Amino acid sequence: MPSRTGSHSPAGFGKSLPERGLLLLMVLVFLEGSVLPLGAASSPDTSHQTNLGDHQGTHTGPNSTKKPFPVLAVEYDRVQIPFEISLWVLLASLMKLGFHLIPRLSSIVPESCLLIVVGLLVGGLIKLAGEEVPPVLDSRLFFLCLLPPIILDAGYFLPIRPFMENLGTILMFAVVGTLWNAFFIGGVLYGVAQIQPANPSDLHQLELLPCLLFGSIISAVDPVAVLAVFEEIHINELLHILVFGESLLNDAVTVVLYHLFEEYAGVGTVTLLDGVLGVISFFVVALGGVLVGAIYGILAAFTSRFTSHTRVIEPLFVFVYSYMAYLSAEIFHLSGIMALIACGAVMRPYVEANISHKSHTTIKYFLKMWSSVSETLIFIFLGVATVDGPHAWNWTFVTVTVILCLVARVIGVVGLTYVINKFRIVKLTTKDQFIIAYGGLRGAIAFSLGFLLNQDHFPMRKMFLTAIITVIFFTVFVQGMTIKPLVELLAVKKKQEAKRSINEEIHTQFLDHLLTGIEDICGHYGHHHWKDKLNRFNKKYVKKCLIAGERSKEPQLIAFYHKMEMKQAIELVESGGGVKLPSAMPSTVSMQNIQPKKPPPAKPVERVLPQLPKGREEEIRKILRSNLQRTRQRLRSYNRHTLVADPYEDGFSDLLIKKQRMVELEKKIKEMSNYLTVPAAPPDSPTMCRARLASDPQAYSMKPVSDSVPTIQVDLASPQSPDSVNLLDEFRHAGQQQPEVEDQGLMMKPPSGPSGPNKPREADEARDQQKLMRCLSDPGPSADEDEDEPFLP
Amino acid sequence: MGAKQTRSAQKYQDLTDKTGFSPEQIKNLHKRFQQLSDNEETISRENLEKIPALANNPIRKQIIDAFFDKRNQHQNEVGAFQEIGFEQFLMVMSHFRPPTLKTTEEEREAMRKEKLRFLFNMHDTDNDGTITLEEYRKVVEELLSKSGAIGLEAAKAIADAAMLEVASTNVPHMAPDDFYEGITFEHFEQILKGLEMESRMHIRFLDVDTMTMRCGKSKS
Repeated sequence: MPSRTGSHSPAGFGKSLPERGLLLLMVLVFLEGSVLPLGAASSPDTSHQTNLGDHQGTHTGPNSTKKPFPVLAVEYDRVQIPFEISLWVLLASLMKLGFHLIPRLSSIVPESCLLIVVGLLVGGLIKLAGEEVPPVLDSRLFFLCLLPPIILDAGYFLPIRPFMENLGTILMFAVVGTLWNAFFIGGVLYGVAQIQPANPSDLHQLELLPCLLFGSIISAVDPVAVLAVFEEIHINELLHILVFGESLLNDAVTVVLYHLFEEYAGVGTVTLLDGVLGVISFFVVALGGVLVGAIYGILAAFTSRFTSHTRVIEPLFVFVYSYMAYLSAEIFHLSGIMALIACGAVMRPYVEANISHKSHTTIKYFLKMWSSVSETLIFIFLGVATVDGPHAWNWTFVTVTVILCLVARVIGVVGLTYVINKFRIVKLTTKDQFIIAYGGLRGAIAFSLGFLLNQDHFPMRKMFLTAIITVIFFTVFVQGMTIKPLVELLAVKKKQEAKRSINEEIHTQFLDHLLTGIEDICGHYGHHHWKDKLNRFNKKYVKKCLIAGERSKEPQLIAFYHKMEMKQAIELVESGGGVKLPSAMPSTVSMQNIQPKKPPPAKPVERVLPQLPKGREEEIRKILRSNLQRTRQRLRSYNRHTLVADPYEDGFSDLLIKKQRMVELEKKIKEMSNYLTVPAAPPDSPTMCRARLASDPQAYSMKPVSDSVPTIQVDLASPQSPDSVNLLDEFRHAGQQQPEVEDQGLMMKPPSGPSGPNKPREADEARDQQKLMRCLSDPGPSADEDEDEPFLP
Repeated sequence: MGAKQTRSAQKYQDLTDKTGFSPEQIKNLHKRFQQLSDNEETISRENLEKIPALANNPIRKQIIDAFFDKRNQHQNEVGAFQEIGFEQFLMVMSHFRPPTLKTTEEEREAMRKEKLRFLFNMHDTDNDGTITLEEYRKVVEELLSKSGAIGLEAAKAIADAAMLEVASTNVPHMAPDDFYEGITFEHFEQILKGLEMESRMHIRFLDVDTMTMRCGKSKS
């Protein structure tokens, strides 16, 4: 246990956090080991007691003795299954926590390896305690409960553009590559098993069909393992989508091959007709799976169109429809994975246009949470199942399998790339090929499929399982651990972490249209032409059906722009207002710098944006008001409760940061780059103010909607007006007063009159309202329910 | 016939050297050129505007103008042609060639610069070397031109935000009174660095003769 000894270092028995965690873990495991016999022992007691109870209730028989009322009783049976499940989940989560507390470990060893080791330990402990290891990788549990969350997470967040652009390549690798692997491994294994005729061994019992079946089980690249390892190496998008896409799409091939060989392994022969039927079956399985997924996806999108009044259950629709798609596909032996991917990918653009921002966050975090727990559990169970057995070790078989897997993968990738490069415009280099070949990891799907085999039909089942586990261990440990240094060594291009900017989006769209136009001028129907046609069809018919309200007509560029606005506005609200957005470089450029100078207009220029429905605006304003108030109250703890990653996560000293903010705010006010003007209300109205604050780069204006709503106008290049100076002075005073009013956070309390305290609040609020005006599509649950929720997500 | 063959082969050889297309690709493009020009020697804007598939394209005008822009001929001239010949047509098309496996790093950089230059020329309509706010606004408006009223109103805001982003990234510290003239080519390169133009801005040029080029024939 290298990791454990590492933590008990010469530094002593210090009760540091990782050690506490480990201690707790041991306690839990022993608890689990011990409750099982306890459960068995206590059940006769309880049944005896309930019997007595019954008798006492119905008739006072002469034989019943009156026992004292049981103050404390133990009844484990009833809760056994949920209790154990919860213990496993807790164990998985604690392990995950533990690994990240030990910093150096997670950078050397990928998480999947550590989790398998933990599984081995837990399995070993359970065996030592004399208990029977629960059949954790039972195929039903695995395929129906553990696998779907991971696949749904992958499918929902699948980057569609690179996936579609490389679809041909991915399909080639998934279908032809897997077929090649299966037949090559199966065939060569059979050949190897037949040699040494002088020395009869177990292997001679091995027939061709079981070999081919074994080959088809072991040849499929596993999405869970690929995700787990590739997530940590941050490789460039192309390679990531190629390997990951392959691991998803080869499910159809695996399903067909598995069922084909399993059916006929008993009979012993496969005729040509069966082969042809197999090919047809492949198309049915693959296309059927996608179709089922797409249907459920469209249903989900359509349902989400009507959920504007019941926002709270919106995420539920996404999850349930997707799961139903998976289960429906599984009913007909279609490819459940492809159904799930299709469902997630199809529903996402429409659902996201319809649902509220909170629901969007909920979906994202639930998916991430479930898939993370699932993945952790799968690896732990792999370890436990390894300890459990049953094993039948055969040196020849196992070593030949491992070697063949590698060899077949390399040959397959190289051969296929040679063919693919003839059709690709951006060719795959040798480095790319190496990473694709090396990234072909096997995982728990192979094990579960092996587990499903019937012992009677396949007497070599134990040997198969042992070999599968060995291959899985080899790929996950050896390949998983070494891929990161290899990526560094080969200087493979890494993922670009930059956030997407509005310029990039504009030019991506521009390029799309440009390339479509050039293709049209060239005269052939290329890739861009069809994409353009699909987009137009989507815009004209599909969006109108599936997206509610005005957003169905919103072009993509505008939608992107609003999304960005909202993100920045929310960051602004959460950081307490008035602080520079941490993501941007410290930049003093603002709207004034880019606007050509013009003489100050007589009155402030009104720039109009399309009108928001009034109901929405009111909701937005209400939310903003309530949130901003809470912002001020809870500024010190704001970053602990939000789900949005906050740059100020690890605390500075409070004083410093607040002082810094005040200084910046002052500076900005002094610059007067951007103005926020509110039409002057009668002077006794405390809610109206003319605030001049330098805002952050994106400043938007809004059209005055009605008279009852305080309107906000942006005045771009106008000079100081007399009113502004007053507020500036007040702010300056507030700044000087800052050190005394520590606890209030960024509550500026200018010394002057009744309108004072309202002004900063109103100013912030007004500015934020303005930003969020166009962005928030969420009225959210009614404001009363917001009691517990600290902020907008 | 021999002489004609060698003459056309020679001509194609020149073009191959200049533009980098293979002889088969040039032949196919020549056929297309003749289709578009009704077998004349030159094509004018009207010929291109007649292509039906282009009608749905929001930036149609910019694309057609790019063909007639002298800056895209790499001969340091400015202005616009009224009609272009096959060689100029090919020259513009050569901006859309993809990199091959044999392209070195320097060649890729040069290719990227060339493609970005093409895009820059499309935006910088008055040829002053910068994309001003007005020009950028026009770009975004054209992009959203097929989206009706929503598009036009939001276009201004989007263009402003984008311009601001360019300015913030490239010239982070400007005094309040400084004026950011416009996006220069260097700034343009900087903001589109992440898109890796050489891998994205290309179309597939056919090597084999296809009979299916029936779309967009400008038969009058």
